[in-house]
Amino acid sequence: MKYLGLVLAGLMRHRSRSLLTLLSVMTAFVLFGLLDGVRTVFGEGTDTSGQDRLIVTSRLSIIQPLPYSQLARIEALDGVQEVAHANWFGGVYQDRRNFFPNIAVSANEWLATHPEIRLTAAEREAFLGTRTAALAGENLIERFGWKIGDRIPLEGTIFPNKSGSNTWTFDLVGVMRAGEDERSSFAGELIFRYDYFDEGRTQGQGTVGWYVVQLADPARSNEVAQAIDAMFVNSDAETKTQSEKEFNLAFAKQFGDIGLIVSAIMAAVFFTVLLVTGNTMAQGVRERVGDIAILKTLGFTGGAVCLLIVAEALLLLIVGGCAGLGLAALGLPALSRALRGQLPPLEVGPDTWLIGLAIMIGLGLVVGVPPAVGALRLKIVDALARA
Amino acid sequence: MVELKGVVKQYTRGRQQVNVLHGIDLSIADGDFVALMGPSGSGKTTLLNLIGGLDQPSAGTVEVAGRRLDQLSGTELAHWRAGHVGFVFQFYNLLPMLSAQRNVELPLLLTALSGAERRRRALIALELVGLAGRAKHRPSELSGGEEQRVAIARAVVSDPQLLVCDEPTGDLDRHTADEILALLQRLNRDHGKTIVMVTHDPKAADYARRQIHLDKGLLNGDLAA
Repeated sequence: MKYLGLVLAGLMRHRSRSLLTLLSVMTAFVLFGLLDGVRTVFGEGTDTSGQDRLIVTSRLSIIQPLPYSQLARIEALDGVQEVAHANWFGGVYQDRRNFFPNIAVSANEWLATHPEIRLTAAEREAFLGTRTAALAGENLIERFGWKIGDRIPLEGTIFPNKSGSNTWTFDLVGVMRAGEDERSSFAGELIFRYDYFDEGRTQGQGTVGWYVVQLADPARSNEVAQAIDAMFVNSDAETKTQSEKEFNLAFAKQFGDIGLIVSAIMAAVFFTVLLVTGNTMAQGVRERVGDIAILKTLGFTGGAVCLLIVAEALLLLIVGGCAGLGLAALGLPALSRALRGQLPPLEVGPDTWLIGLAIMIGLGLVVGVPPAVGALRLKIVDALARA
Repeated sequence: MVELKGVVKQYTRGRQQVNVLHGIDLSIADGDFVALMGPSGSGKTTLLNLIGGLDQPSAGTVEVAGRRLDQLSGTELAHWRAGHVGFVFQFYNLLPMLSAQRNVELPLLLTALSGAERRRRALIALELVGLAGRAKHRPSELSGGEEQRVAIARAVVSDPQLLVCDEPTGDLDRHTADEILALLQRLNRDHGKTIVMVTHDPKAADYARRQIHLDKGLLNGDLAA
């Protein structure tokens, strides 16, 4: 501890440079904390235990349809309370940049299995009673300025309709409002009736994208999930039953290997930090040749001077890194809330802290050791003559 | 106190071998105040560096306070310097980010003394050089003379027997230089410190008890004041 003053004095010799370097380290570790939180969520295996809603997809791929005939067999299973089904539509509103999820659902069962969707009695009645009815999430209503009674045309990118056009028109009959329930992930979605969709499409009739299974007892989720998959094993349409969160993750993974993308971004960020802090340390030590010579003159051994310089680098990385990870730890819960439960809770976990600390120490040694070795080799007489 | 026998120092500059000292024999008694004089390039600073344990001779022996410095490793020399010698340089060489007191404390960091004891001793040393009131000031807030006084306080804080001073007044005006030299003289006279001082200035040399002249790496005269 008695050398801490000397270490700080070394860093504060060029206060603004050290501060800017500290900020760049901090920024890098904020990014690391946020991205590693996301990577962890995408990398970890979640199980189905304790889930009251399961998703059944094709075992082959999330985009592979399942036969409608499976519905009755799933409904008949012990422990299953309700089964809804859905199909990704992939329609475009006016412009491809206006992307939002739009899904054909079995209306009655969907509302039964998704009690978090808040509708007025009139909206519910209109949705269940109108074949062309659609419900939109609050964010969509706000985003496009829609109002109940509007006719919403969507351009089908996957499913043309029997009229020979790609345009499907829906009647907006209600707004899906979010309650306090964390699983309200529909604020940006539009849902419409499966029967209208299935009758109108030119291909794939009698198939669904996935089933949503509401369980009578969440404690039996693993057992029911295994039973569903066992029922269709070795059939033409083998299934994969997973929790809703797992399904959301699998859906997001379609866009790319999240872990690889995050790792690549982090590698680039840390390489930049390596260059920035390496430059700060090298420049700092070069400018302090006289100071280092004086310390050696006063009796500090080469090894002691070496340790002081490595300690400077470590302090810079550890203070900046911990501040960054701390900020990420504060920011991730907010991000989680903003995602409204579409992903499992994001957090800077103990693993992220440990990996972060290892990176801080590793980077500190990489940027601190070369100038420290230079200082170790410094000849006092030459350095004093130069200073 | 200081005993040099047949000291030779050579440097290699590029492909050239430069002989700086050619077999110096020198003896400095404990409690002496010696001025090393001579023209530029005569080897004064090189000789001072050997006496202070900052460099090693190419040949010959350097013995200070009974210790053969030419036989010590780099680390052993560092430990020896910490306990036996204080340094004063022309340009003070204080660490700019530290206060006067913290600068003076530096040599004591290498001891087992507590923080409070280090601070107490640093203040005593600053008091000795008349700068107790400037303890919290950084070097940039001090005059040249004050900086040199801080450097002298740093040199004496661990109570070494030997002080080596390289042109300690070379960057100061006459009046301030006289104050610094009087301070060194007091340290020699009242505290018994052995002082070896390199200087170009004959007036500065007059403060010493003994003047040694070097020319082209050889002793060229030894005069007791």
